[in-house]
Amino acid sequence: MARAVSTRRKLGFTVAAWTVALLLFFPILWTFLTSFKTEAVAVAQPPQWLFFDWTFENYVAVQEQRNYFSFFLNSVIIAVGSTALGLLVAIPAAWSMAFVPGAKTKDLLMWMLSTKMMPAVAVLVPIYLIFIRLGLLDTRIGLVIVLMLINLPIIVWMLYTYFREIPGEILEAARMDGATLRSEILYVLTPMAVPGIASTVLLNIILAWNEAFWTITLTTVSAAPLTKFISSFSSPQGLFYAKLSAASVMAIAPILIMGWFSQKQLVRGLTFGAVK
Amino acid sequence: MGKITLRNVTKKFGEVAVIPSLDLDIEDGEFVVFVGPSGCGKSTLLRLIAGLEDTTDGHILIDGMDATHVPPAKRKLAMVFQSYALYPHMTVRKNIAFPLKMAGMDAALAEKKVEAAAKVLNLTAYLDRRPGQLSGGQRQRVAIGRAIVREPKAFLFDEPLSNLDAALRGNMRLEITELHQSLKTTMIYVTHDQVEAMTMADKIVVLQAGHIEQVGTPLELYNHPANVFVAGFIGSPRMNLIGGVDAAALGATTIGVRPEHIDIGLSGGKWNGHVTVAERLGSDTFLHVAVEGIGPMTVRAGGSVLASSGDAISLTPQADKIHRFGPDGKAL
Repeated sequence: MARAVSTRRKLGFTVAAWTVALLLFFPILWTFLTSFKTEAVAVAQPPQWLFFDWTFENYVAVQEQRNYFSFFLNSVIIAVGSTALGLLVAIPAAWSMAFVPGAKTKDLLMWMLSTKMMPAVAVLVPIYLIFIRLGLLDTRIGLVIVLMLINLPIIVWMLYTYFREIPGEILEAARMDGATLRSEILYVLTPMAVPGIASTVLLNIILAWNEAFWTITLTTVSAAPLTKFISSFSSPQGLFYAKLSAASVMAIAPILIMGWFSQKQLVRGLTFGAVK
Repeated sequence: MGKITLRNVTKKFGEVAVIPSLDLDIEDGEFVVFVGPSGCGKSTLLRLIAGLEDTTDGHILIDGMDATHVPPAKRKLAMVFQSYALYPHMTVRKNIAFPLKMAGMDAALAEKKVEAAAKVLNLTAYLDRRPGQLSGGQRQRVAIGRAIVREPKAFLFDEPLSNLDAALRGNMRLEITELHQSLKTTMIYVTHDQVEAMTMADKIVVLQAGHIEQVGTPLELYNHPANVFVAGFIGSPRMNLIGGVDAAALGATTIGVRPEHIDIGLSGGKWNGHVTVAERLGSDTFLHVAVEGIGPMTVRAGGSVLASSGDAISLTPQADKIHRFGPDGKAL
């Protein structure tokens, strides 16, 4: 029998849920509103909510000062590139761990995940030095590699979980049907894991897009993505909240829109296998 | 050609020897059934032949060539799995065509073969559906279709009918037997169901704990079981196995009498008892009898026998149909 919930309790839960959601969303909403204010209104006390003169001047100013599209292009290349490279490494890795596990496979997976627990700054100096030596500072390829490595444990883990759901007999059937390892992965495993791979790709694009520590530290101009674009408005000329907000909105809008349209896929991906 | 020879084949999982050491010859065109209780190693043996498991020791020869270390893709054997193992993202057409694609066959020729196989298996109307839209029986047919298009040296069936309901199982049993008669390709079929084994096989291999207990035609196994295990396993209902005085009187440790080889009467028979349960199948009646001094016994009587629960009954085994087994369980 379904659990009986009184209308009153339902109302209570609804109000609570909306409150939490609004609290979480408030900073984004405030940034969005601020981006349409003049600098004076932006810092006005008491704050003005909706009734101010809406203006696009911040967006125009931001675009005049920095070329948004070059940052945008870098963000796309870095996010997509690191995810693609990650998949290339992670699919075979997850395949072998899911279908031919060894005695230490679990340990290996845990170890991979544990690297995510280390503060990134702990390896900043070695990576920075390596980047200088290899001439990778402020290059897209350098960032693609670093972000791929940073997110690799998550990509492998996610794919491993999806692959585990695929019955081994189907892969054995492919082997009996004469498929080589390459064909088995290309024609059978990958198509069957498409929903899982899609969620992995989406999540990793989001993670790579939002990654700020490495992208800001390892770039100056030519490979700088949108994170750098935002941060560049935060200090030199003092604090310009309205322009900073406009830059932030421009930086997060693409990923927000992508996330919005793919949320079904994302939720399915993140809860895949939880309930059969 | 599809002659498969196993020489001294051994399989260990860690320290556990699932198949201690086994020799077997399967002739070209034979329908061989591996039968045995669950965990007897029959599926493992099939997977060793398929190449899905590595042998720990020994050799597997296919048409005289050593295939022990040949990967499954190169053994030219086709397998039908218990779970069907169809590719869920491909249509029936693509499923059946997959092995041909892997073999690099010309697409037009492959299409022709797929159409032909679909016709044989009554799948033509379903070629553009996906496995998820098919019934269990249809899925099983697709799995068989995928196996036959590549014209393998031998077919391997791993309990292919155990996911189907009883009526469908009977039909598919017949279809597979007919398929074997028309293709004349070697088939190796694994089942725990001795009815499937008896009805389909040219040759039955009875396995227990990785050992071959007996190899023979269905009737050889039925008429001349080599030991107590085979005697009890082959035949339905099971053979009645009796020890004690009755066995000693015939110079054996155990004697076996099949339910259909016992005559019934009201009195004056060899054994007396009373009916506990009468199972009426229409054509036959299985009487479960509690026999004094022996215990439960099953008797196959005609459909018109009216004995029912609680009735006193007297049983006499047909003297020439009694099987005698020695202290080691082997037939005397």
